[in-house]
Amino acid sequence: MSKIRVVIAKPGLDGHDRGAKVIARALRDAGMEVIYTGLRQTPEQIVSAALQEDADVIGLSILSGAHNHICPRVMELLRAHGLDDVLVVVGGIIPDVDIPKLTEMGVKGIFLPGTPMQQIVEFIQGNVRERENV
Amino acid sequence: MSSDAKETPARPRERAEVFRTISGRPIERVYRGPGPVDSAGARPQDAQDPGTFPYTRGIHANGYRGKLWTMRQFAGFGTPEETNARYRHLLAAGGTGLSVAFDLPTLMGRDPDHELSLGEVGKCGVSVVSLADMETLFAGIPLGQVTTSMTINSPAAMVFAMYLVVAQRQGVPWTALSGTIQNDILKEFIAQKEYIYPPRPSMRLITDTFAFCAREVPRWNSISVSGYHIREAGATAAQELAFTLRDGIEYVQYGIDAGLDVDEFAPRMSFFFNAHSDFFEEIAKYRAARAIWAEVMRTRFGARSERSWKLRFHSQTAGVSLTAQQPYNNVVRTALQALSAVLGGTNSLHTNSLDEALALPTEEAATLALRTQQIIAHETGVAGLADPFGGSYFLEALTFDLTRETYAYFDRIDALGGMVAAIEEGFPQREVAESAYRFQRAVERKEQVIVGVNDFVATDDPAVRILYIDDAATDTQMTRLAEVKARRDPAEVARALHAMRRAAQGTDNLMPPILEAVRAYATLGEMCDALRDVWGEWEEQAII
Repeated sequence: MSKIRVVIAKPGLDGHDRGAKVIARALRDAGMEVIYTGLRQTPEQIVSAALQEDADVIGLSILSGAHNHICPRVMELLRAHGLDDVLVVVGGIIPDVDIPKLTEMGVKGIFLPGTPMQQIVEFIQGNVRERENV
Repeated sequence: MSSDAKETPARPRERAEVFRTISGRPIERVYRGPGPVDSAGARPQDAQDPGTFPYTRGIHANGYRGKLWTMRQFAGFGTPEETNARYRHLLAAGGTGLSVAFDLPTLMGRDPDHELSLGEVGKCGVSVVSLADMETLFAGIPLGQVTTSMTINSPAAMVFAMYLVVAQRQGVPWTALSGTIQNDILKEFIAQKEYIYPPRPSMRLITDTFAFCAREVPRWNSISVSGYHIREAGATAAQELAFTLRDGIEYVQYGIDAGLDVDEFAPRMSFFFNAHSDFFEEIAKYRAARAIWAEVMRTRFGARSERSWKLRFHSQTAGVSLTAQQPYNNVVRTALQALSAVLGGTNSLHTNSLDEALALPTEEAATLALRTQQIIAHETGVAGLADPFGGSYFLEALTFDLTRETYAYFDRIDALGGMVAAIEEGFPQREVAESAYRFQRAVERKEQVIVGVNDFVATDDPAVRILYIDDAATDTQMTRLAEVKARRDPAEVARALHAMRRAAQGTDNLMPPILEAVRAYATLGEMCDALRDVWGEWEEQAII
């Protein structure tokens, strides 16, 4: 079975990367192939990384409140590139009122502060697309 | 006596195999005298009184009897008008200093119309684009009578210049200004990652502000060497202490290398530590910090002024310890953390609000956080004497151990060629990431209990009202940016930005051309771009 490929990205101007890095390590320790983009990625850069890396999952870490702008753009670009089946999850500080909006646009998992790493691992394993055998 | 009694008695059953501090430090069952002895055979805990070298017990002989710590609440959101109103409220409620939180575009030196500013304007702090915004931010606040701390790093020189020009226009002489710019780029590379330029030119910007302040704004703290963010990123108490003080050493060395006299700028250096949850370890950390800094300044740098030896610090309770679950628990966490900072002799303090794992604080939550400090100051009695825990076997042992571990880190970083070189090599970044992961695993295994998160979980969390920041600030700030650009003299702006570029290529102090650009209403993005043109931008090697 091939490994699940995950792109972990920090969009926007924020540099607080503790969460992104901890979760990147946890996914790697759980047997996934993790590509961490580093800081300050535009939606275009993130989608292009997903394309290049043949990612099954994109994990966005957003703490700054910019999710209402960043997520729609990422989803739109994914559709434009025919990457609709890439699982998109968001971790960070997301006010309750914004959660339905993100879900509607196709963000599958939203993980708030205090979420156990194991829960995120299992969510990804349970919701990722089946990889086609090449 | 029976022979049985000679055998080691069976250890009574305890709740854990090993008891540890939140940093993972094992602690003994009980601590006894006479306490640790250093390499010279001395018992450091007997060394001195509060107010005497090396200031383990505090920089003031009478503790807080003369003056309480400054209650300084960090605040900023949305437009300059909105934040100005919050400041007036905090001052009216008995706050004694201002502390400005800027939004991410400001922290990163980007104007609101830049691609990366999308959705970030006014979100995590107040948006300041040009001198016009700074004038609004401090409207009606007499800058000669308040002290202002500004959390700004890469563009610190530019934002400081804006403040200086506002003061000038209020008729306040620079010699009467008092406050702090954070101006600590090294911890940005290590932890918070809000950097623009590569480390070496960034250091030059900082030594330029040291020289300028020493000459022109003598009561201003030209840097706040910060461990807060290093701790928030996952460091242990010992790592926070060691990396922060080693950063301080690096700044002093660069200042001296730039031709400054150590006693000219070192007295205006201040520090900023985290007030985390492990009560005794935190108190020990502050005591160790003072003693190490005094020793370093006197022996490593030969400082002669007592004011250079004395470490003054701000502290803030640990944002990372706050939980989104059962948010009222955060009031209790914050109170205990604040108490440890006071018992450790903090010179100023910010207490976090109960809703900060969810959003920026509401005015109500921010007021409660300030009240927490007032209760500690006026009701608990702890502010009536200096260093109440001095002589505690446990606390003295912790102070001793943290000191030893800090010097061991100094040796490793010195061996790498100093902190700038260590950062370029990724050393402190790796150490912090490692500790962060270790902590998270301890939480997952429940070796570290977080009430309401991995134990004592409730299904019916009370909802708290949060401050929801919409995108109105973006529109306001875009409009204002256009107005400023329409009103100013473009030739004057171009000339000033050119002068900045020229100074950056040479060795002249950058503050005078920056002040000129500010007066011409150059935007922060334009000023930062002028230096980007010369120095380029830093991109870190992402380490996970």
